[in-house]
Amino acid sequence: MKQNNMLAMILAGGRGSRLHELTNKVAKPAVSYGGKYRIVDFPLSNCANSGIDIVGVLTQYESVLLNSYVAAGGRWGLDARESGVFVLPPREKADSDLDVYRGTADAIAQNIDFIDQYSPEYVLILSGDHIYKMNYAKMLAYHKEMKADATIAVIEVPMKEASRFGIMNTDENGHIVEFEEKPEHPKSNLASMGIYIFDWKQLRRMLLADMKNPDSHHDFGKDIIPDLLAENKTLVAYKYKGYWKDVGTIDSLWEANMDLLDGNNELDLNDSTWKIYTEDTPALPQYIGPNAKITKAFITQGCIVEGEVKNSVLFTGSKVGEGAKVIDSVLMPGVEVEAGAVVQRALVADSVKIGKEAVVGSADSEHIELVSKRVKGVE
Amino acid sequence: MAKALGIITSSGTHVRVEGLQEYRPIGAFSFLGRYRVIDFPISNMSNSGIDRIQVYVRRKPRSLAEHLGTGRHYNINSKRGKLQLLFAEHNSENDIYNTDIAYFAENIDLIERSHLPYVVIAPNYMVYAADYSALLDTHIESGADITLLYHSVDNAKEAFLNCDILNLNKQKGVESIEKNRGSAKNRNIFMDTYVMKKDLFVELIHKAKKTSSMITLPQIVKASCGELDIRGVAHRGYFASVTDFKSYYDANISLIDLKAAQSLFNPDWPIYTRTNDSCPTQYFDGAEIKNSVVSNGCLIEGTVENCVIGRGCQIKKGAVVKNSVILANTTICEDVHLENQVVDKWAKITRGREVIADPQHPGYVRRDDIL
Repeated sequence: MKQNNMLAMILAGGRGSRLHELTNKVAKPAVSYGGKYRIVDFPLSNCANSGIDIVGVLTQYESVLLNSYVAAGGRWGLDARESGVFVLPPREKADSDLDVYRGTADAIAQNIDFIDQYSPEYVLILSGDHIYKMNYAKMLAYHKEMKADATIAVIEVPMKEASRFGIMNTDENGHIVEFEEKPEHPKSNLASMGIYIFDWKQLRRMLLADMKNPDSHHDFGKDIIPDLLAENKTLVAYKYKGYWKDVGTIDSLWEANMDLLDGNNELDLNDSTWKIYTEDTPALPQYIGPNAKITKAFITQGCIVEGEVKNSVLFTGSKVGEGAKVIDSVLMPGVEVEAGAVVQRALVADSVKIGKEAVVGSADSEHIELVSKRVKGVE
Repeated sequence: MAKALGIITSSGTHVRVEGLQEYRPIGAFSFLGRYRVIDFPISNMSNSGIDRIQVYVRRKPRSLAEHLGTGRHYNINSKRGKLQLLFAEHNSENDIYNTDIAYFAENIDLIERSHLPYVVIAPNYMVYAADYSALLDTHIESGADITLLYHSVDNAKEAFLNCDILNLNKQKGVESIEKNRGSAKNRNIFMDTYVMKKDLFVELIHKAKKTSSMITLPQIVKASCGELDIRGVAHRGYFASVTDFKSYYDANISLIDLKAAQSLFNPDWPIYTRTNDSCPTQYFDGAEIKNSVVSNGCLIEGTVENCVIGRGCQIKKGAVVKNSVILANTTICEDVHLENQVVDKWAKITRGREVIADPQHPGYVRRDDIL
């Protein structure tokens, strides 16, 4: 807390149902990405690298794995004195019954007591679902410079896609004059990234009022931001440039992995000044066999490649047997592609086995095939 | 939890690994890309339930101190366990007096104060997996005074030349310990690993101190063969001794073979190391890689064959690297041709250079060198 008087709250309760079987047992922030990471490593590492010491993680949907995963704050260096990651699932309180989080704003409102313990000047609200690198300290500096009541990070999206996002319409000084959720006829292409900095006192007041409003969705985008605008508060847009992905579907998760194959990709996970931290595993280095053939691939420790890998991302401990081919695909942790099998344009879920000489996916499919169950091969 | 204090020793004055050892003790040598040699004995102890461990270092503690840190990454209990880095201040200037006995003697109060009745002593320069708690059980059951771990080899004529050998009788009693002079191919190589009662260990240190100020632990044990019941226990699985330059190179290269690696690494017996939070390795269009072990954080555009590649290395377009051990953060520029080399950390081989050594006498590129 000493560093910048800002506390972060990560919203990590969502299921991400369009990721199908991948989120049957874990929440979307816990889904694997980029060979060795989980999605939630990105906001957590960003917090650590931005000098934020206290991070609350709001969990709800299938939270067992996520709770224990984020609680080990040491992984991100968030374990010094007066620093930590706090897991905040819904809880029963002396003055209220146990209730689920009814929306993003309600999740924060139900944890006002947690935030009050640290009496921060600013609160940073983040989503646990997004892949990007961002220095929140710079955003805070902008918030102060603009003397804003709230600052919202925005990213320019192609105009034709703008109707898929929450769009911020700004004046020439970067002040937000209007917020439109998924507008049919967007007036701007500045999409909200779901990253907000608020003055805590102001937000606290708004949240308490919102909790009591029976007509509210208890959502930042739908309720809190419009309410602030209605009160003529100063809301500013902080323009972010760089890689940002909300991987909502199997296709987009696959694509976000494929982005890493370009050596000049904007995410640049190899940047030693802004590392993304994750769970440490005692796996071996990667083993590349005598008959292996690898072109354009992103491969991590614990993998054993004896066959061919082309244009693919291999996660921790995945194996590609002799004569097997993995093309345009993503193999999640612990996947085994046995000898002679062919995997093409597919995303293979954690620990799934593709049997000998089995064939999954196809080169000309419209969508990426999600393989979440064992595929039998020839015996 | 095992009833033994773990002690990890450094190599003696007779061991020199050219090049690499000028910068760090053998325990801190990078091994198989992501490890350091000392990860093996410490992980063995940790996996065996030994979580009070003393690591002794004779010279240049910097890289070891950095690598060991709190020891948390070795899965040592953070409350009940302890990992200490110890050294002999007194004799550090004068190499021949800077023996293992000297560093034990200087820290003898720490050893004596240990409430654990046994000691397991293992070197920081040998690579193997072994369950010390099973070894301790064997030792206790046998009633021996000292148990020594050995590995039977059939290439002692040309390898393990800096090691000691055990001469055993039929009951596995150690009759004598001597230097391997390369006179026979079948030998029992002493793995410089001991189990004994802590009190006997302390007694041996005192005895050694009285005998000579240059004497070492293996020498005093050797001198005790007549009066003490010393027995050998055979080790099976992978074993390498990093005690000269060629053995360092060979040990790395030998583990490129997956079968060999599987005789060292077992999913139930993890080898821990300090993470560097490197991202996965990127293979580019045009990369050609086979039969190699690669660490994370590398950018590979060239051709790599029969190599061990450390973390964060760059192998650029057109470069051909064969039969080499490349340490972390090395850059191999475009069109370089490199064969049979050990390239130390942060070195850079500039565009078009040819650095080729004879397979029997691998070459060495110094740390931070630009060739």
